[in-house]
Amino acid sequence: MALRMWASSTVNALRISCVSNSHLSPAFSLSRCFSTVLDGLKYASSHEWVKHEGPVATIGITDHAQDHLGEVVFVELPEPGGSVSKGGSFGAVESVKATSDVNSPISGEVVEVNSKLSESPGLINSSPYEEGWMIKVKPSSPSDLESLMGPKEYTKFCEEEDAAH
Amino acid sequence: MTTSQARKIGLPLMNLVRLKGAPILQQLHLEEQLLRTSSDNWCIINDGTNSPTIVMGISGKPAELIELELVLQNRVPVIRRFTGGGTVIVDRGTLFVTFICNKDAIPGLQPYPSPIMSWSRLLYKEVFRGIGDFDLRENDYVFDNRKFGGNAQSITKNRWIHHTSFLWDYDVKNMAYLKLPTRAPEYRSARGHEEFICRMKDYLPRSAFIENTIKAVGTYFSSRSIQSEAIDTSPDTAFPHSTKLLTKQELEAVFSSR
Repeated sequence: MALRMWASSTVNALRISCVSNSHLSPAFSLSRCFSTVLDGLKYASSHEWVKHEGPVATIGITDHAQDHLGEVVFVELPEPGGSVSKGGSFGAVESVKATSDVNSPISGEVVEVNSKLSESPGLINSSPYEEGWMIKVKPSSPSDLESLMGPKEYTKFCEEEDAAH
Repeated sequence: MTTSQARKIGLPLMNLVRLKGAPILQQLHLEEQLLRTSSDNWCIINDGTNSPTIVMGISGKPAELIELELVLQNRVPVIRRFTGGGTVIVDRGTLFVTFICNKDAIPGLQPYPSPIMSWSRLLYKEVFRGIGDFDLRENDYVFDNRKFGGNAQSITKNRWIHHTSFLWDYDVKNMAYLKLPTRAPEYRSARGHEEFICRMKDYLPRSAFIENTIKAVGTYFSSRSIQSEAIDTSPDTAFPHSTKLLTKQELEAVFSSR
């Protein structure tokens, strides 16, 4: 009973998230997670995504993460020119009463940050894979990406994580 | 072996630290350090803090949240803490209870804001059993619909902190330092400070609250007392605190730029 009480506060109504103008497409509808997972991205177990295009990788948090965090009201990002380490925190989001670390799935140099998030932190909720991107990184180690999860694996990971709680 | 002893064998360990009148900046620095550098579970209870201090959340903007002229005039310290949430003014009448836990410490609990908040409600339901109409309303602890406890959290990859400032008692004059927040819970219904909050001392003795809390913690953890002096705060374990005391110059700069 207690587990259901804790879990019930994070169960979401069925929702389909639309990606408006991108080659990315929803890969799977999740029977339990109810969050969108996109094809073409790689995923970390701490619920960040990476889109690798040429010399630059774009990073943000997943639909699953934004949904569990609630309304994002403030985003803390690094300065361009700094470095990030795989698995290390590079910033934070504030939602309701909580700050939550955001961790980089890969190591590299920060080349750009999403300045729109300071005025519109809610983009992370409304468009976690598009307008809500957080940083762009020049990867320092191509093998970092190989150890990340693909869409199918991440979908299963979310389902198992939610089922365990 | 008794049944309760057998049951406690399976429970994770909780280090219990009891402080009295510790400065709030010192408490917050300790909490941030334990969150970031320890792998143990901690419960910190600070019975009052030594002098009135304003504490804002991580994204708090002084111009929006505090009456700057009065604060500068009376030299009230202003802190921006490392957790989210709103602004409070704390003093000897404030009781603090903090939980710092590994993400797997509570079986079945997902390390996100809402589940952690819900778990805390269960714990405090035990604390206040038979005492007033306690509940959690939109992230605040209330008796009936009047707030007496404010919460804030920080969640890292593998750990989380949930800390609460409880209004044991408060000085009405101190409320004058705080503006009415633009972002307020719906249940506040535009009430002023005095109609919105209540004093915990009207419900139970101070010692009873602390003892009830320690007992409720025992439902989830096997507790052991740790003296605060025994916690290693040497430079080797230091890291850049994000909790900061705002300087007079910073506050004056904000005041001048209105």
